[in-house]
Amino acid sequence: MILQMSVNSGPPPAPGSPFARTLAQLAEGEAGVLDHLDLPDDIARRLMELGFLPGHTIIPARSAPTGDPRVYRVDGSEVALRRETASHLILRPSNGKVSIR
Amino acid sequence: MSDCHACAGCAVAEPPPSLGKTRPHVVAIIGPPNSGKSTLFNRLTGLRQKVANFPGVTVEQRVGKARMPHHHGEVVLVDLPGVYSLNPRSEDEQVTRDVLAGAMPGIPKPDALLLILDCTNLGRHLVLAAPILSLKLPTLVILNMADDLKSRGGEVNTAELASQLGSPVALVSASKGEGIEKVFQFMEGTAGGTSSLAPPRVELPVLQDIPQCRRWANDVGSGAAYRAPAPPIWTRRLDSVFLHPIIGPLIFLIVVAGVFQTIFVGAKPLMDGLQDLIQKSGQGIEHFLPPSIFRSLLIDGIWSGVGAVIVFLPQILLLFLFIGILEDSGYLARAALIADRTMAKFGLQGKSFIPLISAYACAVPAIMATRTIENKRDRLATILIAPFMTCSARLPVYTLIIAAFIADRPLLGHFFGMQAGALLGLYVLGFVAAITTARLLKSSILKSERIPFVLEMPPYRWPTLRSLSLRLIDRSKVFLHRAGTVILLVIVVLWVLENLPLKNGQAPPIEESFAGMIGHAVEPAIKPLGFNWKIGIGLISSLAAREVIVGTLGTIYGKEGTEESIGLRQALRSDLSPGGAIALLVFFAFAMQCMSTLAVVRRETGGWRWPAMQFAYMTFLAYICALITNEVIRSGLLI
Repeated sequence: MILQMSVNSGPPPAPGSPFARTLAQLAEGEAGVLDHLDLPDDIARRLMELGFLPGHTIIPARSAPTGDPRVYRVDGSEVALRRETASHLILRPSNGKVSIR
Repeated sequence: MSDCHACAGCAVAEPPPSLGKTRPHVVAIIGPPNSGKSTLFNRLTGLRQKVANFPGVTVEQRVGKARMPHHHGEVVLVDLPGVYSLNPRSEDEQVTRDVLAGAMPGIPKPDALLLILDCTNLGRHLVLAAPILSLKLPTLVILNMADDLKSRGGEVNTAELASQLGSPVALVSASKGEGIEKVFQFMEGTAGGTSSLAPPRVELPVLQDIPQCRRWANDVGSGAAYRAPAPPIWTRRLDSVFLHPIIGPLIFLIVVAGVFQTIFVGAKPLMDGLQDLIQKSGQGIEHFLPPSIFRSLLIDGIWSGVGAVIVFLPQILLLFLFIGILEDSGYLARAALIADRTMAKFGLQGKSFIPLISAYACAVPAIMATRTIENKRDRLATILIAPFMTCSARLPVYTLIIAAFIADRPLLGHFFGMQAGALLGLYVLGFVAAITTARLLKSSILKSERIPFVLEMPPYRWPTLRSLSLRLIDRSKVFLHRAGTVILLVIVVLWVLENLPLKNGQAPPIEESFAGMIGHAVEPAIKPLGFNWKIGIGLISSLAAREVIVGTLGTIYGKEGTEESIGLRQALRSDLSPGGAIALLVFFAFAMQCMSTLAVVRRETGGWRWPAMQFAYMTFLAYICALITNEVIRSGLLI
């Protein structure tokens, strides 16, 4: 399970899978803890500066009428991301104990 | 935490005798986006500020003067772009780094820094303190939005924060002016050379490591007994309306329609009134001067040139009043969120929407409105396609040619005739050209720097009158200074072309003027489009503004030069082929026949490179499409 989490070159995990879910798969109001950003370094840094840091809790909030982009509550502020970006933010498995900052 | 410590560590200044006498004391304001940086800058400088671009880049440079309340000296304030870090990945960060290092030409290395942070979000904003404090310049850490922090139940011990960071800390509310005197105190202290620089008590983190910087910020925050405020309840309540799946888009449409209606219809009487006033006063002055070529230059050239610039002001003011309210209240971010999906289809983003809609009235304020787009490439793409939107200056040309050449036969019932269809077709043509160009640009030269679309959603706030009026004054100044000078020059050059060489001391008939000669000279080039030399003169004169061609054609044909003129329509019908006439419409749909727009693009992109490319591209497209139109109609493939 740990191995599968750290290797991210394969296809995205099936929806409803208990581990390696992405931010895009969270429902509105459902909290998730960020594990890592599956993005090139410069983009990942840009998002990290906005609070999308591994270990931070992220809660999806309201969205545009079509559901994309969506506003995320992260690190004390609200930031909207497109689904294509959110799907590269990999969450920690939610079946274990989660530490919330 | 307590107000008596709000400026803990601020140096108490001795009266500096030499303040403002020798080299100016330079203080830079730095902070993350949405920290209230511009509000603070405006608060400190008021109207004593200048806006320019940093040399060679599109980043706006604001420099102002703050008058010190106690010592009658002055401090030069530089407002730096909003950044989260000093890692030079964007133009903004590069500019900030260069200014702080004293490597920006024309700007002396700052003597002191004002680091402004949003204290309702201190954990995240403190991250920027690490690279700034490591510069070892006298720095005042300003915790802005103190009123919000208090009302939402947050708190921070500023004295403790100051001793941890080794820099004075001031708790202020820039929008309300609370605590501003501490900022002045700090600047007077550094200007007097009495500021002390204590080493930070906490060790600074490795600057490249963002998670480590964030942990450092957290530790510093907890060390200063920082308690984050409760979430903004009103913002959540308002978002449940403005971002409601059904009500949200409805409100969005009402807002967009309101903006459109105001600048399209509401500005018209103001613009007409202003134009009338300028014309009448010009005629008034004319009476007092003896008739000469100089009177003509003064009245028909310079005076009407000034008028042509000023006449844009009502539209610019109204649009920026709207944008100011939308941006300061926080709704603009929500509007961008709603529009993003649609704009993404054309390779653009949500924030391009309001500027592009405004371009239907006039590209000039629209291009100035692209300032709200932080992503440089998206902003540039929006600037480059905005002039394709059918602006109101094209309407007189369209009206004249359509009325003269297209029969008013019903197309779809009685209410939608051929003429209306042609007009609608021209609107569609401009829109298609805009989105095709956007796609083209975004898949080639402006291919996104892979920076994803990120939109911070600020809490809703009441816009303040002070901020709105400063913004309006600022935008008008920018427009009049920067665009005005170029437009004026072009208009004077056009006057020279149309009124020289003198014939018996008088201006010649237009066909014998330089403009006429050019019209004749370009005739071979425009003949394939179905245009003759008269249209050539019209095209040259329309460089001042598109609608000018109507008046020019009136002069050439010796008819009344308005779009309703029956005589002018008849003259055109007997002189132009249908192919040439329709080609002229197509030409105007695409061509960049507007010096005001070019001047504003130059100002907004920081050089002639982009406007030159835009002019070449649009003129080329206009030429090719007009050529095809004329050929198709001439050969009888259509009609």
